[in-house]
Amino acid sequence: MGVKVRALMKSPWVFHVSAGSCNNCDIEILDCLCPRFDIERFGALLVGSIRHADALLVTGAMNRKSARRVRQLYEQAAKPCLVIAIGACALGQGIFRDSYSMVQPLDEVLPPGAVTVYVPGCPPRPEAMIVGVVKALNQLVPAKQPVEAKKEQADE
Amino acid sequence: MNILEALLVFLVFPGFVFMVIVGMLISWVDRKVTARVQFRVGPPLLQPLYDFLKLMGKETVVPRGASRLAFFGAPLIGLAGAVFVGTMVGVAMFLGKGFGGDVIVAIYMLVLPSLAVIMGGIASKNPLASVGASREMKLIVGYELPFILALAVPVIQSGGRLQLAALLQYQAEHGSFATTLSGLVALVIAILCIQAKMAVVPFDQAEAETEVMGGALIEYSGPALAMYKLTKILMFYAVPMFVVTLLWGGFGDLSAVAIVLGVLKYLVLVVLITLIRNTNPRVRIEHAVAFFWTWVSIPALAAVVLAAVGL
Repeated sequence: MGVKVRALMKSPWVFHVSAGSCNNCDIEILDCLCPRFDIERFGALLVGSIRHADALLVTGAMNRKSARRVRQLYEQAAKPCLVIAIGACALGQGIFRDSYSMVQPLDEVLPPGAVTVYVPGCPPRPEAMIVGVVKALNQLVPAKQPVEAKKEQADE
Repeated sequence: MNILEALLVFLVFPGFVFMVIVGMLISWVDRKVTARVQFRVGPPLLQPLYDFLKLMGKETVVPRGASRLAFFGAPLIGLAGAVFVGTMVGVAMFLGKGFGGDVIVAIYMLVLPSLAVIMGGIASKNPLASVGASREMKLIVGYELPFILALAVPVIQSGGRLQLAALLQYQAEHGSFATTLSGLVALVIAILCIQAKMAVVPFDQAEAETEVMGGALIEYSGPALAMYKLTKILMFYAVPMFVVTLLWGGFGDLSAVAIVLGVLKYLVLVVLITLIRNTNPRVRIEHAVAFFWTWVSIPALAAVVLAAVGL
């Protein structure tokens, strides 16, 4: 594991993209920063500018207005940049699925493979989001995956 | 001092490497204290190092239409200013050396990091960055006057000595300036000005994350942003140390007790800055300037007058 990946895993700065969400997921994201969960323990910070971000936390169901902007934001981010879809709406448009104003779910708006991890729930619990970030970071390490898989098989 | 020795002084101790280590430790202290104030656990010890390494490995995006020279030059200028001041303070404190008038040079060099923020903000061709840069300009106009007045107090008290080492010598003989009335007022004013100089709450209008999304630094990413962060880390060493040296006796005669006391003074200053930043909201820029021109400048003038009459 190179220094670059290691440092990225130790300091994932997150940027919060609210693409037409009902605000419930957004509030749960803020919970992660609060004393009970405190993701700064793992070096994560909420940043104000997309250029500083290492992980985009996308909430909401991508309506006609916001879909283009989410794509723009992804293009503006400095790579490597992870995308974590949070909540049922970001995963598959949730209860807004057949609405007139919805275009496509998040993973079809962004280039294929851009979305690293999906966190389901309406809204997902902060623990689930933290697990999501950890899984996304673990995907940065290609060699680690098979080892863990083997271990799990052995355990079974 | 031959060339090898000079390089060692400038690059290792008390120059660049030493400053980076102390600065990173102290910015960890700052974040940890902040976390504890908010009943959180806070980041691990090496967090500033991880942040820096991560930023070095990221892609740098240059906005279309931005001036590349100014965009990449600005962070380096700011870094140079912070390194310069920190090294000068360290050389005066640990080696007792310096040159005539180095206090004035240090005051000039301390403006460079703020200037770099302005330059980078304007060069990045982003309206929010321009807003941040213009706020930084106004803030400089606000705090520079009381800061220089506060630093004039030790110069006047010591009868016109303009050398850091000479001022330290004077304090070793007569007790630190902070024990006199004018020196104490100057110290309080200097603490408020440090707050603005290092752009921390309540005077972080230029980099306000919730208002202007990072302000002047909004377009910076990767190594260029890392340089800004490093500048900030070095300023965490340089500015409080500069004030401790000038007004609070520095590390004195470098005996073990004096060094422990000096470290304690520095820590007290840093923790005080952190606590002020954690217990205050961000003020609006016009309020900040008005605050510095009235409630800070007037006591600063009074301190200068007190120093002139010998109190």
